[in-house]
Amino acid sequence: MSVAIRVERAYGPVVEGEAVVSEEGFSPRYDLDRWTGLITKPGHKLEGTNIKDKICFFPTAKGGIAAGWAFFDIKWKKIAPKAFIFGVTNPVMVQGAVFAGITITEGWTPHPREAVRTGDWVRVDPKAKTIEILRRAS
Amino acid sequence: MELTPEEQAMLSGSHGEAVRKALDYQVEVGKFWGAKRFVPVTNVHMMGDIEVMGDGGLEWLQDTARLGARCVVGTTTNARCIDFTHCKRMGQDEGEAVKEKALIATLQRMDVVTTDTCINYQTVYQPHLGEHVAWGDTGTVIYANSVFGARSNFESGPAALAAGITGRTPAYGFHLDEHRKGTFTVEVKAKLDDLADWGAVGKLVGETHQSYYAVPVFHGLQRAPGADELKHLGAALASYGSMGMFHMVGVTPEAPSVEAALAGNKPGERMVIGDAQIEAVYRGYKLGDGDARLVVFSGPQQSLFEMKLLGELFDGRKVKDGSSVFVTTNSAVLAQARQLGYAQKIEAAGATILEGVCFYILQNLSPMRIANKWTNMVSNSAKIVNIIGAHRFNTILRRTRDCVEIACTGNLK
Repeated sequence: MSVAIRVERAYGPVVEGEAVVSEEGFSPRYDLDRWTGLITKPGHKLEGTNIKDKICFFPTAKGGIAAGWAFFDIKWKKIAPKAFIFGVTNPVMVQGAVFAGITITEGWTPHPREAVRTGDWVRVDPKAKTIEILRRAS
Repeated sequence: MELTPEEQAMLSGSHGEAVRKALDYQVEVGKFWGAKRFVPVTNVHMMGDIEVMGDGGLEWLQDTARLGARCVVGTTTNARCIDFTHCKRMGQDEGEAVKEKALIATLQRMDVVTTDTCINYQTVYQPHLGEHVAWGDTGTVIYANSVFGARSNFESGPAALAAGITGRTPAYGFHLDEHRKGTFTVEVKAKLDDLADWGAVGKLVGETHQSYYAVPVFHGLQRAPGADELKHLGAALASYGSMGMFHMVGVTPEAPSVEAALAGNKPGERMVIGDAQIEAVYRGYKLGDGDARLVVFSGPQQSLFEMKLLGELFDGRKVKDGSSVFVTTNSAVLAQARQLGYAQKIEAAGATILEGVCFYILQNLSPMRIANKWTNMVSNSAKIVNIIGAHRFNTILRRTRDCVEIACTGNLK
């Protein structure tokens, strides 16, 4: 498989999963129902999407300090995504993901909208700082 | 990262397992951001309550306490999710209240000072220019960086607690000069007569520049703002824009001029905000089904002067039958507001004052919304209007006087 996206910074284990590509930023506190894994903020571009076990692509991070515990909380509840792939993130997301042991990356070339579609099966390798597409969405 | 001999010893376990784990975690975070070293911190402010931590977080905290974790610098807590006095009437879970008490006791065993406030910068600790601290929530961080000229990143609960245990934090982000330079300018021509107007500025600037490292330089203001106005501006910038710092020429310590605030950066944009843009913010909120039965003054907690103003505005009035008004503040402000009679005026009108909490993180908030059939939430805080969406409220920003009017008449315009 060829590398579809290179990321600038990364933490966590190698993971594979179904991609969810968002045009809108994300906060696990502002946007997510932390009991079901559904994005519930009214009007969010992914409203109604469940992020459990997904590889989530978000252009930006929103807010908020409480997110630091939220990642650990959703991991403990077994509704966490496998990875967060951010265009631009903030320290809280990284602190939260590292604390929870969830793979997280920042910075991307090219932009996911040119390389990945929701439903594609992708592989994130934090050490190599690469994202590969293993299977296209049918 | 380059570690000092003391840090190497900490990492090898010679200061105990709790310290080793905390520093190991901080090293991983520091490596992600390319931090070259740690900086000592003098003060820590952390978020930790059962609503944000959940059962897993509480379990982790108790394990950490059992490892002998103790904070080695002054460490305070942010607003929490339960006011035990009102817990039952609010329909909060008794079981969660028991966990919250256990959580507070665990933090105290770790030498955490449970102040339960998101306005520590107004009531507890004011760092000096250049002082390194490790604070969260976001509103406290942007205030520390901008108004005091202190240095902090957004430190989430686990990260802040780690800083309290090790007495240091990785040197990246706003600890470094390079990230403190202004990146764009905002000329403010609007009058900004109400706290909500300052929040609206934060919304306008934050929403259009969502980046932790975007640092706006405000200039051209008609007058110097007060602490509460800066509080609402900063909280909104941090909330809508995920921003950790701003400059305000002639007001904040690193901005004697636009040029000094930019420190060699060429502004990426020159934004202008006038009265028309502020009015457009208010007009932009959909009123949904017109429900006006929930009005909230929270996020951030109210200062003594905000309590005084609410006391004056609610004095002699009554909250409309069937409506609910919630005001949140910390224990210190509330004690003084009672002593001065402000709290009594607010409560006599039928509003509920909650101590040590934020409405946004109240335990059981979604079921509370359903049980009360609330659809809209009206507030003068641009921050809380932004952040409460996951609980499925339709939110509406209004000026402080308008919020009181809506609370007392039930008429939402």
